[in-house]
Amino acid sequence: MDVIADNLPAYLQGFSLTLRLTLYAGGLALAIGLVLAAMRVSPLRPMRGFAATYVELLRNTPLTLVFFFIILVAPRFGVLLPLDFIGFAVVALTLYTAAFVCEAIRSGINSVGIGQAEAARAIGLTFGQTLNQVILPQAFRTVIPPLINVFIALAKNTSVAAGFGVVDLMGTGRRLATANPGGVTWVLVGVALGYLVITITLGAIAAQVERKVAFTR
Amino acid sequence: MSSVLYDSPGPLARRRELVGSIVGVLILLGLVGLGLWYAAQRGVFDADRWDVLYDPPKNQTAANVWRSLLVQGLGATLRAAVFAAPLALFLGLLLALWRTARLRWLRVPAIAAIELFRGLPVLLMMFFGFLALGMPAFQAVVFGLVIYNMAIFAEILRAGLASLPKGQAEAAYAVGLTRSQTLMSVLLPQAVRTMMPSLIAQLVVLLKDSSLGFIIGYAELLKSIQNNSQYFGPQYLVALFTVGASIYLVVNLSLSWLARWLERRTSRTSAPARDAEMVAMQASGSGIVSADT
Repeated sequence: MDVIADNLPAYLQGFSLTLRLTLYAGGLALAIGLVLAAMRVSPLRPMRGFAATYVELLRNTPLTLVFFFIILVAPRFGVLLPLDFIGFAVVALTLYTAAFVCEAIRSGINSVGIGQAEAARAIGLTFGQTLNQVILPQAFRTVIPPLINVFIALAKNTSVAAGFGVVDLMGTGRRLATANPGGVTWVLVGVALGYLVITITLGAIAAQVERKVAFTR
Repeated sequence: MSSVLYDSPGPLARRRELVGSIVGVLILLGLVGLGLWYAAQRGVFDADRWDVLYDPPKNQTAANVWRSLLVQGLGATLRAAVFAAPLALFLGLLLALWRTARLRWLRVPAIAAIELFRGLPVLLMMFFGFLALGMPAFQAVVFGLVIYNMAIFAEILRAGLASLPKGQAEAAYAVGLTRSQTLMSVLLPQAVRTMMPSLIAQLVVLLKDSSLGFIIGYAELLKSIQNNSQYFGPQYLVALFTVGASIYLVVNLSLSWLARWLERRTSRTSAPARDAEMVAMQASGSGIVSADT
């Protein structure tokens, strides 16, 4: 128990880095995922193909492999990103999460009744108008809970960065565990509490939103 | 198949789309080619960077390299998954059943366990097994995978049970089945069937997560790539990584396709009530956007 209290500053530092990783990667993944989702439903076949391939590849690749690629393999191809380990982690997490964001948004678009799209088309709206004025505003509501779930997964996934030179919450736990061999259990309980603060908060928000959205449909 | 979001293209639009497609593909190919050319300039594709796969240096045979990748590396990855998956499924089933207990205070521990383990990173649980419980790397990997995935499986089964029409339970009670009979012979089989795609999708996640063993020093596929490249020299990293990534993709993609095939099959033969979230996450076939590219 004392281990947690004694090392509170280290924990807070790790926690804030985990939070920052989640925010940076989450924001970037949201932007890329939105573009991918738009490509995925677009009338142009190459765009659909590209987005579908990207999502399929990244969803079936372990995150550890993505990290491994960005940090160890990419430099061999001559891709030398001017970043530190935290930057590498953000890139890897973004690339990986964008695929899941795309899927969440696409499933939201799919959840809008097919009659909505048919009606919009029937009164002569174009593809862009149908998507922007009819489908997306409705999809937006249903898409928020699954999106929050993606971000919860992202918050947990940031822990992988601890294996690649980043001292986030998990990395802090690793260091403290080596420094306090007697109190490893409590050290890791402290780490767990940090993650639970993020995931349970987000989960509660998701449940709240879900309840609000539920009666409209 | 066309989408309802836009008209199926006429001759003019089709010609335009064809031209656009060709230009797009050419640009994409150009970019890829440029990247490959840049990499080739740096010698990435020289034979002496790939010969590790067919004629490795240091008096090793190609069979040795492939054995260390496929038998030891992939074998260790699959072994962790094969040990963890049935255990996690079984414990998840127990948790899901426990969760349906009628007494509130009996139910609470199951709910607490599910929520707790769902909210923690798998890696943390592996570290817990490895550092706090002093397990060897393999056991720690299995421990982490089991603890995390049992909570997820329990949650999937709960959603499956919740998605069944109320009439199923009422009818079972009406013909005189007990609570446990209703659960075991009426509700659960249907719930498992409805949730089969989600369960298989989660198995893919479990298999992917076994690669986290790399971080705690379990000698799985990724670790064997690293070991090989350390032994033969870093110039072989690209070749070895290409092989390793392909292995992962082949295994995971085939499981994903199995899940999708099962989903198509079940959605054709039965139409149970839909739990919006679970189904939406899996949605592919029916909807505004067609599943094919």
